[in-house]
Amino acid sequence: MGDKGKYIGIIMGLTFASLIMTQQPAIFVGLMSRSYSFISDLGLPDIWVMDAKVQFVDDIKPLQDTELYRVRGISGVDWAMPLYKGLLKARLPDGTFQTCNVIGLDDATLIGGPPTMLEGTLEDLRRSDSVIVDIDGATEKLGKPSTIPGGKPIPLKVGDNLELNDRRAIVVGIAKSTRTFQSQPVVYTTYSRAKNYAPKERKLLSFILVKAKQGQNPHELTQRIKQNTGLAAYTQDEFKELTYQYFMHNTGIPINFGISIALGFIVGAAIAGQTFYNFTLENIRQFGVLKAMGTSNLTLLRMILLQAVLVGSIGYGLGVGLTALFGYATRHTILAFKFPWQLLVFSGAGVSIICIFAALISIFKVFRLEPAIVFKG
Amino acid sequence: MSLAVRCQNLTKTYDTGGQIVTALNGINLNIPMGELMMLVGPSGCGKTTLISVIAGILDQDSGLCELFGENLQRFSSKEKLQFRARNIGFVFQTFNLLPALNAAENVAIPLIINGMNRHLAERKAIELLTQVGLGERWTSLPSQLSGGQQQRVAIARALIHNPRLIVCDEPTSALDHETGLNVMHLLKSVALQKDRSLVIVTHDARIFEFADQVAEMDDGHIINVKDASLRT
Repeated sequence: MGDKGKYIGIIMGLTFASLIMTQQPAIFVGLMSRSYSFISDLGLPDIWVMDAKVQFVDDIKPLQDTELYRVRGISGVDWAMPLYKGLLKARLPDGTFQTCNVIGLDDATLIGGPPTMLEGTLEDLRRSDSVIVDIDGATEKLGKPSTIPGGKPIPLKVGDNLELNDRRAIVVGIAKSTRTFQSQPVVYTTYSRAKNYAPKERKLLSFILVKAKQGQNPHELTQRIKQNTGLAAYTQDEFKELTYQYFMHNTGIPINFGISIALGFIVGAAIAGQTFYNFTLENIRQFGVLKAMGTSNLTLLRMILLQAVLVGSIGYGLGVGLTALFGYATRHTILAFKFPWQLLVFSGAGVSIICIFAALISIFKVFRLEPAIVFKG
Repeated sequence: MSLAVRCQNLTKTYDTGGQIVTALNGINLNIPMGELMMLVGPSGCGKTTLISVIAGILDQDSGLCELFGENLQRFSSKEKLQFRARNIGFVFQTFNLLPALNAAENVAIPLIINGMNRHLAERKAIELLTQVGLGERWTSLPSQLSGGQQQRVAIARALIHNPRLIVCDEPTSALDHETGLNVMHLLKSVALQKDRSLVIVTHDARIFEFADQVAEMDDGHIINVKDASLRT
């Protein structure tokens, strides 16, 4: 009652809790969505076919090229195209090496190309030694050294050369693709050229991209492909889920973010609860006066809850607002950040729990209060 | 003469960490309607406990305490709250105004507790503040008022719902002599009516002259009740 400093203290505690409970999960969601961003970017195929032991999108277990023909022969398949995906080293002009995610697309159809071309066209890949580089890789990791010591790298542009596994690659286009989990530069080329860039191996086919015939149930088709080839076949959503689950269960990411979120919740609850309770204690005589004058416990409960809802709403709004600002400020950086509406519900529930907890400990104190306290000096 | 308060053989003990302290020990006291009764005595004699029992905010261990013929101990908690809200006004030593509310909002509280619309309650509060000489200050927060002005707001708050009993705990002890006398004049002139009684706990001998009766307490007993008309 009437203490602005303490009100600000409570609001700051709730803002902090709300910020941590939205910002950290937003980074987590952003990071996890990057784990399957490559699958999302390739929107055209319905089904991904791969070795049965593949656990996630970057877990490449190559197939023989003959598998492609087996898949094409299965009923319900409209088309099936090869896709190479592998990590290859690019030699930069200053002599250093940068690992790149090289994607080899079907030579005839170029299916599996980047979602957006910023410079050049996908068809430019038909030119000899041509590659398309993603904009983030071109401006950052594959950029040429600055002429000024310590300066920013000079972005790679159309016409520049790269060396992939000692073979020449000419940049014919710049594309926009979603950053991947490892944030490596993505280099698109044709399937046959990618095989030339890659170290010689007996098997080099990473995935077979399949389009189901119109009216064909993709789930039934995946079953048929599995039965006929012994390979793994997933719909796009299933493959995303497989990748997502792999990262969830085999990395420390969920635990690390979980700890941050839990700490934010606990610290927020402690600050808000403690300040709210102190606030009540300092005004206990005023509550006693109201009780003595005939105010019911129900009315006092409503008063305390109203205050909790008020400070909770302000703190939640500020926290979510700061998170949104953070996301806006970092939108062009390497930081992963995704802010779906479900996070608003999640953090809203967290702040509500904190407010209910803070209000409850005060409510118990006020309920037990003897109004006779008003006559004590 | 009808009685506002009738106490018979009231006892009240407290357990202070294993030690039993008798605060009221067989109190018998009658407060007639329309009179101002002062409770006086040394610290710890039981004045505060007695006023708390009379005001219905503390239960006695034994004995009878009737307010306007009603035995509050027979009431449920809810009925007791409603009885207090309608019939009792409070004035405290340290005013106990809500610091975030202005004078009019503080005065309006008892009316709002009794279910009156807030807007109407505040209008009535401003009228009463005008009566106690604070009509121009109704928007002021307690912190913007002097001690005497705050006590006048507190008196207006105690009167606004037209209660039949007003209990005052050391209403002048936080004020200088002149302000204290002004407050007592106000209480006597505005608060005291033939259908309303006042009980004042005080140490301040300078205000005894305002009392109709003075009850002296010591060690949980009433040792003497003096009628002001017999004062020399």
